[in-house]
Amino acid sequence: MNDQLTPLLRVRDLQVAFDLPGGELLAVNKVSFQVRAGTTVALVGESGSGKSVVSQAIMGLLPPVAEIRSGSILFADDRKKGTITDIARLHRDGKAMRQIRGGQISLIFQEPMTSLSPLHTVGNQIREALELHRNVSGREAQELTEDMLRMVGFPDPARALRTYPFELSGGLRQRAMISMALICRPSLLIADEPTTALDVTIQAQILKLMKDLQAELGMAVLMITHDLGVVANMADDVVVMYRGRVMESGTREQLFRDPQHPYLKALMAAVPRFNMEPGERLVPIRDIKSETGHLLAPTESAKAPVDSKKPILKVDSLSKCFTIRQGSWLSSEESKVYALDDVSFEVLPGECLGLVGESGCGKTTLSKTIMRALTPDQGAVTYADQDGEIDVLGLDGSRLTDFRQKLQFVFQDPFSSLNPRMTVFDIVSEPLVIHGIGDDAYRREMVSELMKLVGLDARHLNRYPHSFSGGQRQRIGIARALALKPRMLICDEPVSALDVSIQAQVLNLLKDLQEQLNLTYLFISHNLAVVDYIADRIAVMCAGRLVELAPREELFRNPVHPYTKALLRAVPDPSLDNPLDFESIMDSRCSIPSEWPAPFTVSEETHPRLIDLGDGHFVRADESALTLRLAS
Amino acid sequence: MLTYLARRILIMVPTLIAISIITFIIIQLPPGDYLTTMINEMQSQGENVDQSKIDALRAQYGLDRPMYVQYFHWATGLLQGDYGYSFEYQLPVADVVGDRVFLTFVLNFATIIFIWVVAFPIGIYSATNQYSLGDYGLTFLGFIGLATPNFLLALILLYLANIWFGTSIGGMMDPKYLDQPWSGEKVMSVLEHLWVPVVVIGTSGTAAMIRRLRANLLDELQKQYVVTARAKGLHPFKALMKYPLRMSLNPFIADIGNMLPQVISGSAVVAMVLSLPTTGPMLIGALQSQDMYLAGSFLMFLALLTVIGMFISDLLLAVLDPRIRLGGGTNR
Repeated sequence: MNDQLTPLLRVRDLQVAFDLPGGELLAVNKVSFQVRAGTTVALVGESGSGKSVVSQAIMGLLPPVAEIRSGSILFADDRKKGTITDIARLHRDGKAMRQIRGGQISLIFQEPMTSLSPLHTVGNQIREALELHRNVSGREAQELTEDMLRMVGFPDPARALRTYPFELSGGLRQRAMISMALICRPSLLIADEPTTALDVTIQAQILKLMKDLQAELGMAVLMITHDLGVVANMADDVVVMYRGRVMESGTREQLFRDPQHPYLKALMAAVPRFNMEPGERLVPIRDIKSETGHLLAPTESAKAPVDSKKPILKVDSLSKCFTIRQGSWLSSEESKVYALDDVSFEVLPGECLGLVGESGCGKTTLSKTIMRALTPDQGAVTYADQDGEIDVLGLDGSRLTDFRQKLQFVFQDPFSSLNPRMTVFDIVSEPLVIHGIGDDAYRREMVSELMKLVGLDARHLNRYPHSFSGGQRQRIGIARALALKPRMLICDEPVSALDVSIQAQVLNLLKDLQEQLNLTYLFISHNLAVVDYIADRIAVMCAGRLVELAPREELFRNPVHPYTKALLRAVPDPSLDNPLDFESIMDSRCSIPSEWPAPFTVSEETHPRLIDLGDGHFVRADESALTLRLAS
Repeated sequence: MLTYLARRILIMVPTLIAISIITFIIIQLPPGDYLTTMINEMQSQGENVDQSKIDALRAQYGLDRPMYVQYFHWATGLLQGDYGYSFEYQLPVADVVGDRVFLTFVLNFATIIFIWVVAFPIGIYSATNQYSLGDYGLTFLGFIGLATPNFLLALILLYLANIWFGTSIGGMMDPKYLDQPWSGEKVMSVLEHLWVPVVVIGTSGTAAMIRRLRANLLDELQKQYVVTARAKGLHPFKALMKYPLRMSLNPFIADIGNMLPQVISGSAVVAMVLSLPTTGPMLIGALQSQDMYLAGSFLMFLALLTVIGMFISDLLLAVLDPRIRLGGGTNR
C-alpha cells in the first residue's frame, strides 16, 4: 500500500528555541525520529521534556516566541506520491501549511473539556474541518459528519450533531474531538496525551477506538504521553525524551524488555505496577529525605496503644442528593442525582483506606461531607480517638474548629490550592495562626520542621508558590495539612496532577509520613495502581454507591463486583506481559448500576446492600450472591 | 425557559414600583417644593407675593396634600400614560420632553455606533498583536482618551472648529432651522453638527471599550479551542472571528442594560457646554427647580429603560450562549 522505504514522517535534528525574557531556551535539541505509515510511535517523557513542542512544530502551531532553529520535518504525503514536504520550511500560517494541518496531519489534545468551543455545536465544529479540506455540498458534509460520529461510537449521531460540547461527558467529548481530527482521513494523527484527563474505563474505550480506527483508516499515529502503561499497549516504536533530547528510541519490545539508558530504567522503576513484591518501594528519579524534629515526634498519647479494632472514622449510611435543573426554551425538568447513596465504611487507626472510582462517582462529595464542607441528607459520621467519640455532623461553632485539628485535607491540584500571594511560610503557618497555636518562635520552628519533614529546604520559606514545581507545591500542601498534627488525613487525588517520577516521590513521602507520625489516611484516587501501592484496604465506588470493599490483595486477586472487574481490566499495565484485553472491554455500561447483571443490579426495584463475604470482603449484591460465591 | 421569561417579567413589576417610590421620596427630600423655589426667586427680584394666591396655586397643584396622596396621584397617572405637568414650562411633561428625546436618541445611537466601529478593530488588533509597537501606541492613545475630561475636549473642539471652519458648531443644528419643520436641509445640518458631540462623548467610551475588549480577547486567545480551530487548518483570522471574538462578546451584550439609560440621559455636562438640545441638561434643571413631575417621570423613564435593557441583554445572552440557555446541563 505505502512505500515502505520512505517513512511518512521523518524528523531530523530538529531544534526549537524559545525566545524568552530570561534568555533563549532550547526546548527541543537535535531530535530525530521517524514514523512509518500505518504504525504507532509513542513519544514518552515527563512534563517539560519538549515532547509537546515537537508535536507543535510538526503541526506548525508553535507559539510566536518559538522558532525552528535547524533540522527538518519531512512529510511524505502518500496521497501525492513522490512529493516530500519539509514542514520546517513552510510558513506557519501559509496556505500550504494550512492544507496539511487538519487535512493530512490532525491533532487531538489532552483536555476534551476546553478543546472544543462551547458556543458552537459539535456538528458545526466537525463539519468545519471537513469543509475546509474537501469540496463537499452541505448535505454531503452533514452525512459524512454523521457517519464519522457513528464510527467513533456516538449512540445517536443525528442528535449529537446538534449538541453542544458541555452537554457531553468527557469521554464523548474526546470522541467528538477524534471524529473532528479524522473526518478528513489524515495519514498521520498526532495524539497529545489523548487519555490523560479521562477515567481508566473511558481511557480503555478511547484507546480501543483509536486502535480500531487506525486499522480501518490505515493512518499512522504519533502518540505523546507520559503513561508507560498506555505506551506498552499502543505503540510499535517508542521514543523517550528528556529535557529536549532523545534519550533512547527503538521498538516497543527493545525498550520494555531491555532498557539501556539510565533515565528510561529510572522511569520504569518509578511507575507503580500491580505485580509489585510486598514491601517493594518505588524508586523515584530524585529521592527526598524526610526528617522529623522534636516538635513533630509522636506524642506519648498518640503512641499509647490504641485499640486498633476500634475505627477512628466511621461513616454510616451517608446519602446526599443533588437536584439538577435541565432546561430548554420550552421546558425545564428537575432530576435528582444521588452523589452519595447509603455509603458506609470504617477506617481503622493507622491504616490507609483507598477509595477508587471514576470522576463523578461521588468520592469528592464524600470527602467534602466528612470535612463538613457539604451537608448530607442523611447518615452519620463518627470520629473516635483516645479523647473520645465525636459526632462530626453534629458539630458547630468552636467545637467544629477544634475538630479540624484532628482531620486535615490534601488537595488534588497543587497549583490552585496554594494562594499565589502568600509566602510559603504564611501558607504553612496559617493553620497555626487560625487555631491560635503557639507563639511566633514556636510557629517559626514548627514550619521549618514541617519543611524538613516533606524534604524541602527551610531556607525557601520566604518564596512564593510560583517558584516551586508541581511536586514541591504538593509537598507544601502536605506540610500545611500536617501543621496541626492531625491524626488523620484525607488525600483527594494528591498525585493525579503530577508526573510519574514526582508521583513516586510524593507517594513514598506519604508512606514514610504515615509510619513516622502514626497517621491514618483516607486516600482517594482514580488510579488503581497508585491505590494498590499505598492502601491497605480498598473501597470501590460507583454512581454514589460503595460497590466493593476488601483488603488490597483480596480485591485484586478475587474481585467480585462486575464494576470492579471492569475497572481492573481497564488499567493499562506498563509491561508487555499483561496487555489490555481490548475485546473484553465493556462499553460505558459498566458504570451504570441498572445495567449490572443480577444479583448486582441496582434499579427502582432492587436495592442490594453490602454483603459480608468474610475476611473483610464486602460487596453490594442481593443475598443470593452469597450462595453464588460459595458455589464457585 | 418560558417560565423563566414569565418570572423575569413578573419580577420587573415590583422592581419598578420600588424604584418609583424611592424616586419620589428622593425628589421630595429637599425642603420645600416648586412653589417655594418660585417664591424665593420672585422675592429676590423684589416682587410681592400674595399669600392667598400661593395657597390657591398649592391647592391647584395638589401640593398641600400629604405625600402619599401625591404619590398615588402621580403613579396612577403614569399607568394611564399621563406623565404629569411641568410647573416650570407650564406644559404637560410629554410635550416638554418630546423633541428632545428624539434628538438625544439620534446623538447617542450615533455615539454607540462610533464607539463600536472604532473600538472593535483597535481592540482586536491590540489583543492579537500584544506588546507590539502598535499595541503600545494605541494603548497610550486610549489612556489619553480615558483621562481627558469630556467637557475640556468639547471646549477645545469648539475653539478649533471656529478657527478652522469658521463655524459655530454648538447645538445640534444651525440656529436658523430651530423650530422649523423637518426638511432635507435640516437633516443635513444635524449631521454636520453631530460629529463633534459624538466624538466628544464617544472618546472615553471608546478607550474603555478598547481596554476591555483587549483584556477579554487576550483571555480567550489562550484557550485550547483556538488551537483546535487552527489545527483544523482554519485561517487564523477566520478562526479569530468565529471562536474567541464570539466568546469575548458576552460582557458587551451584558452591558446593553446599562447602555439604554445612558442613551436617554446623555452626557449632561457635555450637552451643556455644547448647548445641545438633549434631555440631560433638562433633567438637571428640573431637579434644581424641584419641578417634581418632570424630574420624577424622567427618572422613572430611565428606570424602565434600565430594567428593560437588562431583560433584553439577558435574553440576548441566552440566545447567543448555549451554556446559559441550556443552563446546568452536565455540570457536576
